[in-house]
Amino acid sequence: MTAYLLKRVAIALATLVLASIVVFAVLEILPGDPARLMLGMNASAEQVEQVRTQMGLNDPLLLRYFHWIGNLVVLDFGRSYTYSVPVIDLVRERVAVSLPLALIALALSTLIAIPVGLYAASRQGRFGDTVSMGVSQIGVAIPNFWFALLLIYLFAVWLKWVPAGGFPGWSAGIWPALKALILPAIALALPQAAILARVTRQALIEVLSEDYIRTARAKGMPYRAVLWRHALRNAMIPVLTILGLQFAFLLAGTIIIENVFYLPGLGRLIFQAITQRDLIVVESVVMLLVTTVILVNLLVDFSYAVVDPRLRGRS
Amino acid sequence: MSLLEIENLSLAIGNRPILKDIDLTVAPGEVVGLVGESGSGKSMTAMTVMQLLPFTAKAAGSVRFDGINILAATEDQMCALRGDDIGMVFQEPMTALNPVKTIGEQVAEGIRWHTKAGRAEAEDRARKILDRVGLPEARFPLARYPHELSGGQRQRVVIAIACALKPKLLIADEPTTALDVVLQAQILDLLRDLVHENNMGLLLISHDLAVVTEMSDRITIMRHGEVMEAGETARTLSRQVHPYTRQLALASMHVPKRRSFFPLEGEMSPKATEGVASGSKAPGTTEMSRSGHSVAFSPSRGETTPLVSVENVSRLYPGRRTSFFGRGAPIHAVDDVSLDIAPAQSVALVGRSGCGKSTLARMILALDNPSSGAVRFRGETISNRGEAELKPARRDMQVVFQDPYGSFDPRQKVEKLVAEPLHLLETKPSQSERREMVAHALHEVGLGPADLDKYPHEFSGGQRQRLSIARAIITRPRLIVADEPVSALDVSIRAQILDLFADLNGRLGIAYLFITHDLTVARAITDEVLVMHEGRIVERGVTNEILDRPQSEAAQALVAAAPDLHRAIARKIQEQG
Repeated sequence: MTAYLLKRVAIALATLVLASIVVFAVLEILPGDPARLMLGMNASAEQVEQVRTQMGLNDPLLLRYFHWIGNLVVLDFGRSYTYSVPVIDLVRERVAVSLPLALIALALSTLIAIPVGLYAASRQGRFGDTVSMGVSQIGVAIPNFWFALLLIYLFAVWLKWVPAGGFPGWSAGIWPALKALILPAIALALPQAAILARVTRQALIEVLSEDYIRTARAKGMPYRAVLWRHALRNAMIPVLTILGLQFAFLLAGTIIIENVFYLPGLGRLIFQAITQRDLIVVESVVMLLVTTVILVNLLVDFSYAVVDPRLRGRS
Repeated sequence: MSLLEIENLSLAIGNRPILKDIDLTVAPGEVVGLVGESGSGKSMTAMTVMQLLPFTAKAAGSVRFDGINILAATEDQMCALRGDDIGMVFQEPMTALNPVKTIGEQVAEGIRWHTKAGRAEAEDRARKILDRVGLPEARFPLARYPHELSGGQRQRVVIAIACALKPKLLIADEPTTALDVVLQAQILDLLRDLVHENNMGLLLISHDLAVVTEMSDRITIMRHGEVMEAGETARTLSRQVHPYTRQLALASMHVPKRRSFFPLEGEMSPKATEGVASGSKAPGTTEMSRSGHSVAFSPSRGETTPLVSVENVSRLYPGRRTSFFGRGAPIHAVDDVSLDIAPAQSVALVGRSGCGKSTLARMILALDNPSSGAVRFRGETISNRGEAELKPARRDMQVVFQDPYGSFDPRQKVEKLVAEPLHLLETKPSQSERREMVAHALHEVGLGPADLDKYPHEFSGGQRQRLSIARAIITRPRLIVADEPVSALDVSIRAQILDLFADLNGRLGIAYLFITHDLTVARAITDEVLVMHEGRIVERGVTNEILDRPQSEAAQALVAAAPDLHRAIARKIQEQG
């Protein structure tokens, strides 16, 4: 067990170092002098030079890399050129929106997908299977912003249960904040649930033809019990893999939904930073996301070992 | 009164009839053997009793178990019977257990389900039954996972699951087919003891007539979904009234006619005689090799180099990780093995599963490299060589695997599949030449030119094994390594395939290395036998001599455990009078 986990951690760390080198290198290669960008077109060469020295831009490459990494580790991401505030404050504000949104969407997607997948697999080839897979096919095909518009029309404009957009902030209370996140979470969750349900069904169908399912049935366990106790856990590995990928997407790839609902999330932060050449923000947020994705994958690797004892080796 | 009474049972799945008018009874404490070839409906009969059929299945007739009408029983009633009053053991122990649950959980699960016992009590009972089936606590705690057990040990777990609640009836569907003969004997002993202890009825399903004869009081022989003959085991098999019974018995004991290889006789391409035709060969010398002396060592053949020569070969695998940095002692899969195979000689490599047979074969085929020692093919070293250097050797050595279902790409036509090894030839044959060669190879194994454009699924298991052999002989190799080539086949098919091997050996002078745990195969078609045990060759010599008078402990165990129809019938006649 420990050998497996240590190996995974080592691989994750190596990936992280590699990613940081790539991010650092790309920003080195990109044209544009951050000092000049900060000071504006009218600054004199001396002023620029002074700021460059101040910012450590004249130091050797390796020194700057380690300086940057060192600061990242203590969560000092530097200051945003455009907002003139510490990047960490910007990020913190945005993560407070994006992270709960991703988690709610992920929970919703799992709660919908697993039962639908179980149901479809247990009725494979029959009416219930055809209908649920047909619906999920639609779910995969329709873009999430269209769901979003539909949801806004139904629940915000027509029923007036929730606001149509914007985010009051967590300081306004938990309920109003959650209310603002619920529609975007559903819009994000539906297509993900459709994909996940199909993956779950496929994995289950494969597992259900295994010999040990027959052994369990020969023990006198009813079909439903066999499905939950024996089939589901064996089908979890592909499901967990997809879940890991979906979480990464939900955290950072939600820019369209954030725009539809006017949510100040991470997606919009990166988008604005890129359009305004606010490279420090881009660099920091990208590193943050890379780290999150690697951590989530590490978590998925750990969960494989929890699910499948064969990965643990002899204990 | 019988425990299980099947009368006039017919079964159809969809529109396909599977069973017709089956009659079968099992009394308490009785062992009934159900014999038949694949597709004869043996397993479907068992699944009907368990009511674990596909949902499109329709059964008619009567199946009564302990007074309960099984065909009319509800799913809830069946769930109450399964695992409690009727237990079942399956063929494939490697996949019969859930890989993510401990053996304790899996045995206790049925106990808890049926008796409503608490976890502790159920685990206690699971412990007892695991002890009973030969998995003592010291080495097999409940927390073991299936992947930590060998095939034989897993089958014991499956038996523990089936017998945990002392069922009245146990159905065992080919319970030992996937195991080597020594394990088979152990598992059969265990089943026999459980029958006596609990006065349990046992329905033993097998394609192996010898196994069933040894075990059962009565025997039912099935073919194409119908019962051919049924009755007391000794009488049925000694009289062999029904022609099909006779056919099965003959096929089970079949020994192919073999003829010596004369290079100038028969339909030989010039290539096939290369290297063999050079020496002066009187028929007598070949005869000599038949009578057992390895050709390479016979005095008149002193100048002939052996086709294959394995010199002090060892293969080590790194030991199991004991900690993050440490590893246990390396495992000697093959340990200092030397052997020679002469041209046109047929050699058997026998041993229990896990003894290193297949690892050795992989090194002879240059698919794996020895940790030390070397393998020579026609005098040239083939260990640790690059693929380009190996090409001539590859052309002259081919392989036939056990599973005729898994060894073909299902989406390719026979012509392409059989032609696969032709890329090893120096000059690429043209389209029409290729087709000609494939047709010739198919003819050689008894298939027709019409089969060229078929797909693998259009063939039966035996025909597929013929295809594998056609693929192996298309380059006119000097050596074929066959890894359990007939153990997945029915007895009658198996007899045909053995005949084919014997014929090709006599006609084309191909040398064989048969890897098997089945001594009847070794006896049928090999001149020499090598007995392997824990990585070493512990005994070698003329096949019949070794099998009749084994000296080493390993060989004795193999011979004693091997089911033998003659012996089994004789013993039954004594028992049943």
